Amino acid sequence: MSLSHYYGQFINLLAAILLLLSFAMLGQRRILSLINLFMAQGAVLCASTVVVALTTGQSHLYWSALITLVLKVFLLPWILHRLIRRLNVKWDVETLINIPTTMLIGIVLVIFSFNLALPISELAGTVTRSLLGIAMACVLLAFLMMITRSKAVPQVIGFLSMENGLFFAATSATYGMPMVVELGIALDVLVGTIILGVFFFQIREKFESLDIRHLEQLKED
Amino acid sequence: MEFLLVLGIPLLGGIVLALFGHRQRATEVNIVFSFLTFLAAIALTKRIIDGGPERFYDEQFFIDPFNVFLVALTAFVGFTTSVFSRPYMRIEHDHGRLTSGRLRLYHSMFQLFMFTMLLALTTNNMGILWVAMEAATLTTVLLVSLYRTSASLEAAWKYFILCGVGIAQALFGTILLYFAAEKLLGHGGGALLWTHLDAVKGQLEPTVMSLAFVFLLVGYGTKVGLVPLHNWLPDAHAEGPTPVSAVLSGLLLNVALYAVVRCKVLTDGALHSTLAGTLMMGFGLLSVVVAAFFLSRQKDIKRMFAYSSVEHMGIVTFAFGMGGPVASFGGLLHMTVHSLTKSAIFFAVGHATQKSGTQLMEHIRGLLKISPTIGWGLMLGTLAILGMPPFGVFASEFLILTTAMRQQPWATPFLLVALGVAFASIFGKVQPMVFGESSLRTLPHKPAMLPVFVHLALVLMLGLWIPPYLADWYRQAARFIG
Repeated sequence: MSLSHYYGQFINLLAAILLLLSFAMLGQRRILSLINLFMAQGAVLCASTVVVALTTGQSHLYWSALITLVLKVFLLPWILHRLIRRLNVKWDVETLINIPTTMLIGIVLVIFSFNLALPISELAGTVTRSLLGIAMACVLLAFLMMITRSKAVPQVIGFLSMENGLFFAATSATYGMPMVVELGIALDVLVGTIILGVFFFQIREKFESLDIRHLEQLKED
Repeated sequence: MEFLLVLGIPLLGGIVLALFGHRQRATEVNIVFSFLTFLAAIALTKRIIDGGPERFYDEQFFIDPFNVFLVALTAFVGFTTSVFSRPYMRIEHDHGRLTSGRLRLYHSMFQLFMFTMLLALTTNNMGILWVAMEAATLTTVLLVSLYRTSASLEAAWKYFILCGVGIAQALFGTILLYFAAEKLLGHGGGALLWTHLDAVKGQLEPTVMSLAFVFLLVGYGTKVGLVPLHNWLPDAHAEGPTPVSAVLSGLLLNVALYAVVRCKVLTDGALHSTLAGTLMMGFGLLSVVVAAFFLSRQKDIKRMFAYSSVEHMGIVTFAFGMGGPVASFGGLLHMTVHSLTKSAIFFAVGHATQKSGTQLMEHIRGLLKISPTIGWGLMLGTLAILGMPPFGVFASEFLILTTAMRQQPWATPFLLVALGVAFASIFGKVQPMVFGESSLRTLPHKPAMLPVFVHLALVLMLGLWIPPYLADWYRQAARFIG
């Protein structure tokens, strides 16, 4: 067994963990644990990027791994922790659909994305080609989480987790986007989170709660 | 040099206004920066007229017949909007709806928004295009919630989440595009450059490209406001300050559509089928019909014109989807005249709502009695947007409709009915607002009505006579859009 074979197996393992974490986020009721899970997802993402970089010798992937580490393991969770401390929202998350049903929908989504990714994976020449389906599943699961949560903070974590899935798709299908694009995306994510932080304060000042069900006044009658 | 200025001035303006924007003269500084951007855009356009298409900075940026007039248009509408926003924002400030801190936010974000749009238009890199589109959302989110009312917060939240999710789909599409391109162009920055992709588009993997285009269309289509992804648009337009509505409607939708068309050109080349065109026609037609029927149910004037934007974007998307030199020519012309007319209407609407203190149409009456310029501005703008000859919208809609009759006859009844419904609903509502009795208040600052009439004059001119180089660009751009 060659070394690269082990690397391949290791990436598969990390991808499986990533998918597992997406499901864990889907089923998690507590906001603090949700942030920790997001942090874990970032760490797995960083590890998988490093492994891909080791296997393929693409040196710019080390830089994207570094960006991931700084942004998704340290900076964003720190901002989110600070935010919920300042906003004092530690209560349990309410879901719009109960959790077992959400899980079942999640399984359907995973099967769907594996099917969708199959023809493309066969075209990919990268060692990590089988992972595109997992990446797509992560994106869709995060999307599902955004739909089923009624509070603003979990929705944003869902949004950020979706970006994790996209990042994983980029590394697994193409060994990462060009550096300038990756920097731009990282900047957008960071600025977006900060703007949302500002925004949360505005929402809470107005409604004295972060329940986005208050935000349902604008409708077509 | 001209090119550097086009991007550099609004960026600098954003920073300067963020630092000093709370000063008394911020509104004028905003105008100066917008005017300088406009001058730089004129200089750039002149250079392109003389020297032909160009690429800048290691091919990272490019100007071709398709984006050159959009750059000029964006800079121009940005400038006139800043002229309009000077009295408008001062009146809002005097009425106590805005503090100086929020005005500073507004001015700074306005300039940065201009920067992101110009960046999206001129970049050659499909990845940077995505980054700029997302940045355009980010700069305008806080502008939509500028009044901090519960409705505006809701609109901004919806705008952020829906456009954020939409644009995430576009990122996935971009990743797939890169995946397809990397095999031909090798790894690295070159594989996402549009000009390089365009050169090899015939060899791009068709399965990947068709999937990529679906994601790109849904993603950027959310920002264009195509039905059924349009939910954020009426709210964001109605609840934000009017200058923001004017630039969102007049410029941002155009830029998003520009992104879709760039992707369509590549997909068409790779697929040798009409998949991309058919999808665009479907989305476009659905938007036209649904928006037209929503128009008749609106009570809020800004909401109504927001739905009208959905309708017109639908027409342009349909035209580009149909393809062919005439339809694409019509689409490009329609983009230009819609952008000019709609921003002019929002300028007039902005002052009309300030005078009556409400956006509800049933409480706005007799604009003509109080202020003939506002009343005529709104009336002429409405006639122009409804496609009355001799305005330019008539010319472009006529081109699109006649081509549709020849190429896609099944679609013409839908288009005609939708245009008829839109005419009846908008005209029926605007007429009593303009004519009739009223009890409106006077404003502390003189309204800026010059931009309205300059825009309408340009639309009128485009209806009667299109400058030869502009027609030439349209033709060249239409040729490669296909």
